[in-house]
Amino acid sequence: MSTITFTLNNSQVTVDAPPMTRLLDLLREHLHLTGTKEGCGEGECGSCSVLLNGELVNSCLVPTLQVQGATVTTIEGLGEHTHLHPIQQCFLEEGGAQCGICTPGMILATHHLLEKHPAPTLDEIREGLSGNLCRCTGYMRIFEAVQQTAKLAEAGK
Amino acid sequence: MAAKESIVGSPALRYEGEAKVLGYAKYIDDLHFPQMIHGATVRSKFPRGRITAIRYGEGIPWDEFTIVTWKDIPGENTIVHLLKDHPCLVQEIVNHPEEPIVLLAHPDKALLRKAVDAVTIEYEPLPAVFTIEESEAPDAPVIWNSEAGDSPNVFKTYLMEKGHVEDVWATADYIIEGEYSTGAQEQFYIENNGVIAEYSEQGVTVWGSMQCPYYLHHALQLAFGLPEQKCRVIQVETGGAFGGKEDYPSVIGCHAALLAMKSGRPVKMVYDRMEDMAATTKRHPSRTRHRTAVSKDGKLLGGEIEFAIDGGAYVTLSPVVLSRGTIHAAGPYNWPHLRIRAKAVATNCPPHGAFRGFGAPQSIFGLERHMDLIAKTVGITPEELRRRNFLQPGGTTATGQLIKDPIDLNGMLTRALEESGYHAKRAEFAKTNPTSPIKRGIGFATFMHGAGFTGSGERRLNSLVAIEVDDEGKPEILVSSTEFGQGTNTILCQVAAQTLHISYKDVRIAQPDTDRVPNSGPTVASRTAMIVGKLVEDASHNLLTCMRASGLLEETYTPEQFCHAALAYKQQHGELRATARYQAPDDIFWDDDKYHGDAYPAYAWAVYVAEVAVDTRTYMAEVKNFWALQEVGKVLNPVLAKGQVEGGVAQGIGYAIYEKCVWKDGVMANNQMTNYIMPTSADLPPIHVLFEEVPSIHGPFGAKGIGELPMDGPAPAILNAIEEATGVRFNHCPLLPEDIFDKLANPTLISADSSQLQPAVAGPVFSGTTP
Repeated sequence: MSTITFTLNNSQVTVDAPPMTRLLDLLREHLHLTGTKEGCGEGECGSCSVLLNGELVNSCLVPTLQVQGATVTTIEGLGEHTHLHPIQQCFLEEGGAQCGICTPGMILATHHLLEKHPAPTLDEIREGLSGNLCRCTGYMRIFEAVQQTAKLAEAGK
Repeated sequence: MAAKESIVGSPALRYEGEAKVLGYAKYIDDLHFPQMIHGATVRSKFPRGRITAIRYGEGIPWDEFTIVTWKDIPGENTIVHLLKDHPCLVQEIVNHPEEPIVLLAHPDKALLRKAVDAVTIEYEPLPAVFTIEESEAPDAPVIWNSEAGDSPNVFKTYLMEKGHVEDVWATADYIIEGEYSTGAQEQFYIENNGVIAEYSEQGVTVWGSMQCPYYLHHALQLAFGLPEQKCRVIQVETGGAFGGKEDYPSVIGCHAALLAMKSGRPVKMVYDRMEDMAATTKRHPSRTRHRTAVSKDGKLLGGEIEFAIDGGAYVTLSPVVLSRGTIHAAGPYNWPHLRIRAKAVATNCPPHGAFRGFGAPQSIFGLERHMDLIAKTVGITPEELRRRNFLQPGGTTATGQLIKDPIDLNGMLTRALEESGYHAKRAEFAKTNPTSPIKRGIGFATFMHGAGFTGSGERRLNSLVAIEVDDEGKPEILVSSTEFGQGTNTILCQVAAQTLHISYKDVRIAQPDTDRVPNSGPTVASRTAMIVGKLVEDASHNLLTCMRASGLLEETYTPEQFCHAALAYKQQHGELRATARYQAPDDIFWDDDKYHGDAYPAYAWAVYVAEVAVDTRTYMAEVKNFWALQEVGKVLNPVLAKGQVEGGVAQGIGYAIYEKCVWKDGVMANNQMTNYIMPTSADLPPIHVLFEEVPSIHGPFGAKGIGELPMDGPAPAILNAIEEATGVRFNHCPLLPEDIFDKLANPTLISADSSQLQPAVAGPVFSGTTP
């Protein structure tokens, strides 16, 4: 067991867990944040994507000891019932979520992409989201959602 | 009257969308019950054999484990679909790799994995077959025997005949033959199969990721020998299905329930990706053979089609998949004479099952590739060949169904070719290809897809839908039709809101729970929008009739007045509930014995165009652009409908050029996301979705089915385009770079392929001999 302290969705948390526990399991089982999903357990699908110190990572590949002192953002840290994050609102309106299982990871990947490229080209979107698999949408509605979010951000400046 | 703007046809927001984008939506693995333990499966390592011993290895505290074998099954040892050949757990004979033999449960997941590995099963091996060809060989071992007395190793056959095909060969200018085949395809929902089961004196309850709660409900009754009121199934949020959660939840659901019964605790079984890919169903591999008589002006005179699918080790849904594939094998063309012989054969692979399209993508692949061969042989364009043979209103399909809808396939083809710039691109590629290492091509497929269960299927389902007003005066739709991404919740609420003249936000839909919702049938076969949607519309009308008859609701009313009237009715009568049961249209007839008649109440029609580039240095084919034009009746929700088509096209592109199941003696060798290649956002072209809307009398507000259609067209359109680009025929999908390399880098293979024959060289009747 190790005692790990880190910042999770803007709050400091301290947990006792075996150091090699996957961050995914720490979030889901120890901290009961089930918005982060497991799709493959081998870092291929991106369903378990979270932001670790602002970088997009597959939480199934991150051992818990690596988050000591770090900042982690999960889907639960992005928006809430009364106030969706603009990315979430655009995914909802543009049909970017179908079955919804890849959606939390896809939304965090979008967040990461828009931090890097606030007005991304279609190729930057295609590339930026290519680590997050979606079987339902064929990605077209997701691209629309990303472009719409960027447009809203530009208009809001 | 309120709600003047149309709700149906508007982009109403996804009913459960907010919970999904927030990450609040609870899928099966997100649920935890007190005292819950975990379940796992010990599976066969052999394709076929007799179990001689099961040994529980050392170093595992077995007394802490719940262990279930076939002996623990209180009812019948079967997972029932159509027949009872499929055991819930192997008793003696293993018939495929990954077949479940022993179930284990323990609170510690890590220890559970070690325990699974510590169980050794000894077998006396038996001979096995793995392909259609091996299964049908005259000296093949008999691995499955029909009670109905059909040939060994054959699950089901169909013979479908129109006219007298034997008379046409003598009159044909051309007789054109071709053989086409398709591989298995993984559904690849991102959420694996999973359930939680609980057992008590009251009965058995299973929560899970699934399409068809009543299928599992039925399976539990048999496996446990319990009456229906003691079995309960609840669908929770489901992370994709595509057919992969039609039949399989009956297996994992029964397994978890057996462990729950024996352990006395709730048991969660959630497969990991490798287990899900290796052990659960996939699209049936297929082989389609065509022999077609054609006149010199390109008219189809008649044809023979042999369609075969590999069903795997047990019957499961194969006869139904075969049926849909058989009916769709003739496509949207006028065939004066046609004979289709179809069969589903047994192999020692894990059973193949439902996957979007359900047999149609397989047979349509063969037909649409063959149509391009016919065009080439006759010396007309693929476009002209289709135009000369399209079904027209007043014509009859291969099953003898009269086309009553005002379809205009010629008009659709014109529009799709214009939108895609087909003619200009064809001309341009013909100029640039000879000097470029990148060969570009454009090709298309024209096809149709029937909505709802085939033939008399909907009559047998006899679906029931209810609407009940809750304590806030809001109507709640009660159906077993499930949401797994397609938009069931949203479109059904739109239909009810529009019919009831209230706001979309004021309609609710119940979680599918067999204790609460009536059986509105399975969520499959492109039937939800058309069949269930119509029943929701009918039930809504019945609700209004009931409220008006009570005098509480005027002819015209506001949503507020509806709510007040509904609450007043409830106060007077205790509950306000209306139902609607399926009634077969009285002009639809189907003969199951002759396989003749009205196969489906309505069809969706489509023209899909694919533009490709094949790099002759890397042998990589890429889809550069894609147009999907379809006539699906009234589009209930344009955003969801586009999403359905785009998602289906993406799966179709995967089927065509990326997704290959590699088999080794019945074992899927590439059962990982790392080496089963599904298209990513970087791999897909722009997908242009175009609709034509001809309202159908069979669906709510004119809607027809849409879910499966987009899976049918991409693979043949893409391979047709690849032939345009390279001049080389490829008749199997998936078509991977190594397959392209085999032919392009080896010209002797091309010249040895009789399908490369040009009519000028071959002469008119070049293939086969006329009988």
